[in-house]
Amino acid sequence: MRKRSLIPILYVAFLMLPIYWLVSMSFKTTNEILSGFSLFPQTFTLENYAVIFTTPTWYWGYLNSIFYVSLNTVISVSVALPAAYAFSRYRFLGDKQLFFWLLTNRMAPAAVFALPFFQLYSSVGLFDTHIAVALAHCLFNIPLAVWILEGFMGGVPKELDETAYVDGYSFPRFFVTIFLPTIKAGVGVAAFFCFMFSWVELLLAKTLTAVEAKPIAAEMTKTASSAGYELGLLAAAGTLTIIPGAIVIYFVRNYIAKGFALGRV
Amino acid sequence: MAKITLSNLRHSYAPNPQSADDYALKQIDLDWEDGGAYALLGPSGCGKSTLLNIISGLLVPSEGRILFDDRDVTGLPPDQRNIAQVFQFPVIYDTMSVRDNLAFPLRNRGVEEGRIAQRVAEIARMLDVEDMLDVRASHLSPDNKQKISMGRGLVRDDVNVVMFDEPLTVIDPHLKWKLRSKLKELHQRVRATMIYVTHDQTEALTFADQVVVMQQGEVVQIGTPVELFERPQHTFVGHFIGSPGMNVLPAVQADGRATFQGQPVALEGKITGQGGATELGIRPEFVTFADEGLEARVRKVSDVGRHSVVEAMVGDTAVKAVVEGDVPEQGAAVHLHFAPKHTRLYRDGWIATEVGP
Amino acid sequence: MKTENAKAWFFVLPVLLLVAFNALVPIMTVVNYSVQETFGNNVFFWQGLDWFEQILRSDRFHAALGRQFLFTFLILIIEVPLGIIIALSMPKKGIWVPVCLVLMALPMLIPWNVVGAMWNIFTLPKIGLLGYLMNDVLGIAYDMTQNPLAAWITIIVMDVWHWTSLVVLLAYAGLVSIPDAYYQAAKIDGASPWKVFRYIQLPKLKTVLTIAILLRFMDSFNIYTEVFVLTGGGPGNSTTLLSIDLVKIALGQFDLGPAAAMSLIYFAITLLVSWLFYTLMTKDDAK
Repeated sequence: MRKRSLIPILYVAFLMLPIYWLVSMSFKTTNEILSGFSLFPQTFTLENYAVIFTTPTWYWGYLNSIFYVSLNTVISVSVALPAAYAFSRYRFLGDKQLFFWLLTNRMAPAAVFALPFFQLYSSVGLFDTHIAVALAHCLFNIPLAVWILEGFMGGVPKELDETAYVDGYSFPRFFVTIFLPTIKAGVGVAAFFCFMFSWVELLLAKTLTAVEAKPIAAEMTKTASSAGYELGLLAAAGTLTIIPGAIVIYFVRNYIAKGFALGRV
Repeated sequence: MAKITLSNLRHSYAPNPQSADDYALKQIDLDWEDGGAYALLGPSGCGKSTLLNIISGLLVPSEGRILFDDRDVTGLPPDQRNIAQVFQFPVIYDTMSVRDNLAFPLRNRGVEEGRIAQRVAEIARMLDVEDMLDVRASHLSPDNKQKISMGRGLVRDDVNVVMFDEPLTVIDPHLKWKLRSKLKELHQRVRATMIYVTHDQTEALTFADQVVVMQQGEVVQIGTPVELFERPQHTFVGHFIGSPGMNVLPAVQADGRATFQGQPVALEGKITGQGGATELGIRPEFVTFADEGLEARVRKVSDVGRHSVVEAMVGDTAVKAVVEGDVPEQGAAVHLHFAPKHTRLYRDGWIATEVGP
Repeated sequence: MKTENAKAWFFVLPVLLLVAFNALVPIMTVVNYSVQETFGNNVFFWQGLDWFEQILRSDRFHAALGRQFLFTFLILIIEVPLGIIIALSMPKKGIWVPVCLVLMALPMLIPWNVVGAMWNIFTLPKIGLLGYLMNDVLGIAYDMTQNPLAAWITIIVMDVWHWTSLVVLLAYAGLVSIPDAYYQAAKIDGASPWKVFRYIQLPKLKTVLTIAILLRFMDSFNIYTEVFVLTGGGPGNSTTLLSIDLVKIALGQFDLGPAAAMSLIYFAITLLVSWLFYTLMTKDDAK
């Protein structure tokens, strides 16, 4: 082994330490946590997980998160597809300005939008629904999806479209049966990043929900503050929130390194 | 500058090669004379790039040795071999000016600045790039970029060999001949040993004094362009070089004579050896129409400019002939004549006739 | 290359409507608040640009903005070079590469408040691994709820932990796309490893690094949740970054006017700096 592969190994070890601590904590009893330091759980317990899987507010929080994140991913990618196609293939009035304006929304601090979003979604009667969070997350996910997809589509030669039209394909049929399969890596990468940013965002998700659509991560903040030091439970809930991300990332492992690289600046 | 000797060279990309098929290079013994212009010609995947990378030191061969002027360099890394290489795609340092690009190999070797300036100016003059010395290299056109990569190879006056790995692949057709003649001219000026790898016979034949033809990891013939054309040692060479390539026709050997479609054919000289699969080789340029000889029927006539290529069927075998002037019509019955001096027998692909009297 | 086509607008329309709904209405609301004063009951008084003036002159805003720039500056100068070094030292191929990439991407997929909570658990004195190691093994007094410097180091390390992988992934993608011929040519030209980096790798990484720096700038400049969960902006106001201060004013004190004015100034700064970064990093191409 070469000496310099030590650097990535050390880095990965550094990344894993806090995660290990969280996971290890989730298997400890509250007593053990408070009584002092231990590197491994001394009395291994699944009690914390049992609490989560039997308390409706906990497991509903988990399902709520998965639900609005999936919804957002589907919406973002499906509306971004035609738009990215237009940006990569056509020139039209205001195209550059529009593209830039879209990207600026990626720069908007979520904190700026928290209160107006609350008012907006309350006034249209969507407060505390999954669709509200899914739509709100479109603010930063759609620009990102358009950006990534446009990059992938730009790599597909225009001749592909022209050949298909000459062969008598209608536009919708061409788009679905020929174009989409060609850029499926791009769709995967875009979906991955939409999932990721919707899954990790919490400020807006918390602001727009109260009971019905409350995300699991928000439930955790409540635990941390109200019920005092239920660290084991907190750790177990945290551990569970890592799992969906880990699964999704496993599926795109071969594309992830190329994702942003193919987008244009 | 140096003589380069390849001795018992074999290379395999597989860690444990079992059969001959595992070897990208089967067995190479070659001498490249000092100051020669060589071309390494062969179809894609024949092992010519592997051979090139072994000479430059980017690859270490599985077996065998490489000698520069009888000094063993097999284990030396590229920068200690004093070689230069020009790649298929122009490799230039984007952020540097053309001048800095040309000076780069010299600066890395600690040559003093006065000498560098002098060499860069010389090379720039040779390449006709004097007016772009201060342009950022990334702004150049592909052919100029390729010129600069060549220049980086030539700027050192102590190189043992300059190697070109299909350097004209990305160059526009109308600029190719320009760069090609530039290269030829450069060779005459600097007299460095040059090896030019290509799959394009025109490039190989116009550039090189000696052409090395490779096929499936083996050298099939080394010779001047004229030798390759006139007396191919292997049916592959005959077929690969020339347009259209040599006619390779199934033949039967009996009693020291060869017959094609049941009719005796006169050869250049005595047949050597016995057995194996035998074939006749005759270039279309030496097939003529006559009043008598092989009976044939014209199947196709194509006008390719200065001459026409006539394809005639002798029995079930097609024979091509290059004809200047009047051509027979399609479907016409003709007689073909093979010039004996240029008609040879091949056994299992390799030549099996002696040069005639 | 591209064809002129006005109908392309129809393709963009769904995106336009969705983003406009999410961006324009709230921005208008913010603009609306920023020029008015309210005492509740939906009664508003015209205030002009007073709020903007007040914010721009307030020491509190200057302090938060200063902390924000310091934070972003620190994480950029740590994460970008570190990410490049890690990407450079990864092998180009091998069975461990995908495993490494997946593990490296993991922190980015953890909800932001979980990141904060995780680091909280990790750094607690007595209970956390880091807190225990520092205080009880190495004997260095470390408690980020008491010591502002410890709090700062902790949020910086947390962000490095959270986001350096983004730079690694992007830089690695850029490095893998460099053709072998460049490295071979450099070997033949006798270039040192430093020169290979300076003249081959760095120029080829420019595009991906531009993206990486822009994204890291935007996200670190807007950071809220992780830091809020970990330190709550404390001890004192020492880690009260711009977003945290904004939320304190808007939701804590319900001073909607000043909060709205501050939001707009905040947004404008983000846009301006992003644009500056972008122009600086791409100016060579335009020449």
